[in-house]
Amino acid sequence: MFDLDRWREIFQSINKNRLRSVLSGFTVAFAILLFTLLFGIVSGLSNSFKDAFADDAMNAMTIRVWKTSKPYKGLQTGRRVQLRNADYDYVKEEYDNKIQYQTARIFKSVNIRYKSKADTYRLRAVHPDHQFLEKTIIDEGRYLNERDLKEKAKVLVIGRLIKEDLFGEKPALNKRVNLNGSSFLVIGVFSDDGGDNEERQVYMPVTTAQMMYGNNDYISQINLGYNPDLSLDAAIAFGNKMERDLRKRMNIHPDDQSALSVRNMAEANKGVGQFMFILYLIVIIVGSGTLVAGIIGISNIMIFVIKERTKEFGIRKALGAKPASIVGMVVQESVLITTIAGYLGLSLGTFILAQIGDTLEDYFIKDPSVSPGIVIGATITLILAGLIAGYVPAKRAANIKPIEALRAD
Amino acid sequence: MIKIEKLHKSYPIGKDSLHVLKGIDLHIKEGEFVSIMGSSGSGKSTLLNIVGLLDIHDEGNYYLNGQLIKDLNEKKAAILRNKFLGFVFQSFNLISYKTAVENVALPLYYKGMNRKERLQIALEYLEKVGLKDWANHLPNELSGGQKQRVAIARALVTKPKVVLADEPTGALDSTTTDSVMDLLKAINDEGMTVFVITHEEEVAEQTKRVVRLKDGVIISDEFTKAAKAV
Repeated sequence: MFDLDRWREIFQSINKNRLRSVLSGFTVAFAILLFTLLFGIVSGLSNSFKDAFADDAMNAMTIRVWKTSKPYKGLQTGRRVQLRNADYDYVKEEYDNKIQYQTARIFKSVNIRYKSKADTYRLRAVHPDHQFLEKTIIDEGRYLNERDLKEKAKVLVIGRLIKEDLFGEKPALNKRVNLNGSSFLVIGVFSDDGGDNEERQVYMPVTTAQMMYGNNDYISQINLGYNPDLSLDAAIAFGNKMERDLRKRMNIHPDDQSALSVRNMAEANKGVGQFMFILYLIVIIVGSGTLVAGIIGISNIMIFVIKERTKEFGIRKALGAKPASIVGMVVQESVLITTIAGYLGLSLGTFILAQIGDTLEDYFIKDPSVSPGIVIGATITLILAGLIAGYVPAKRAANIKPIEALRAD
Repeated sequence: MIKIEKLHKSYPIGKDSLHVLKGIDLHIKEGEFVSIMGSSGSGKSTLLNIVGLLDIHDEGNYYLNGQLIKDLNEKKAAILRNKFLGFVFQSFNLISYKTAVENVALPLYYKGMNRKERLQIALEYLEKVGLKDWANHLPNELSGGQKQRVAIARALVTKPKVVLADEPTGALDSTTTDSVMDLLKAINDEGMTVFVITHEEEVAEQTKRVVRLKDGVIISDEFTKAAKAV
């Protein structure tokens, strides 16, 4: 393989027959370019989908309640369903081994004032696990802890943008702010990948909120993170069972979606997973088709090239070339052209994808790129293609008797 | 050097077969300068192709340099051709994208010689045929006579036992024909066996032995005046 003279022969042959070499190279380069773009765009779509769910944990589940829409056991339609601490504890005990994180949520709108500045923000009163479910990133200070809950402490964790609104460049940590007339201590500042709205939230212990708002045990919502060891199907089954159990416990019609429902990311994940799988399947089929077309293209050109060179092979054989040396020469030339052309196509494709970058985000294509695995796979395919495209016709040409080859024109 | 006994060769044409060589007996010793004469269709080219290991005979025996040629595969034939035989063709058969010196050096490449050495030897042989100054020209920049001299240099470069020339002057005018024949004579004078196929009497006269072929059989085999003069 590493025969300098052989390479010299090949470079000479390619160089002296540029049009032919460029043509065969072009077919391959174009096929690989299309292949790369196709894969890149689908990976861009896939990135957009992943991003759409990036705000919350992938294993998030939400128990939501509203009003009954079906009469049940003598209870009327339109009854308001209320979650309480007891329901929270029930879920915790009943499904302990299936749950990774659990938090309650109470939603309120609050007015926060610091010195001369004030504005209205959305409050979430939560348990400490909320941090992991919401993927809250603590920039300064700390998040809520169990002790805050137990002591019903008047503490707040505020979003990065609230800090900017009220404190500007000045530090907010350990400052006291006025929330709906009460004094609260800022114990942490957070950021969140979910966007500006998420960063204008304020968190307080759920117990503090219950004390402040009517001194009851009401909660608005229960959020869970299911045990990540569960398979998607097991997680979906868990969500369905919990939904049935809770409806039964709270005297709700078993099919009343409006009264109580469990939103389960596992279901969305499964849907997206299936969608992406089908998309990739289509791309693999179309992409392979493109590659095959490229391979057939180069095979055609190689057949033509070898026909054109039959006489040359005859001369070489009369001068003492062994058939293997002719086959080797042609195959090496073919592999060289396919590999170089393939890399050109691949590089151009990658370059175009890099240029696209975020510009097509409106069309749900984000950061399109091809993975190294695909690049390596395509390269191996190329080399194999070059090998086959060169070998088959060259073998035939090398087996023609020199006398016939010399007669060819 | 070349010994042929009862050589037969037929080519299939559809269902029938064309019997081209019908029992040829020929013995050529080392250092001879032989021409095969015959009209087209007499089987002379077929004979040369068999002698040159470019084609396979059906019946009879063929000894090249004392070695019986039998059941040769392409690889073995290639090695023997490279070692014992040099070819000169009517249509020169130079590789169009290689320069004169590269064409001459090609047989040495298949011998496995390194590039520097083979280009040097090729240049020596080009000098011998008077084309040193044309070494780096491509075939299409050379005249017919020059091309044939390059082809002769290529045939000689491996120091073969036999030079086989198939109508070497067929595509040349009379002046260049003479220069090519002078070259072949000079080679023969150095002791190399030369085997020429031609249909031109003037060419045959310049060789030392003329074998006439008609319809696949030898009709005469005699030494020429040129041979007697020596």
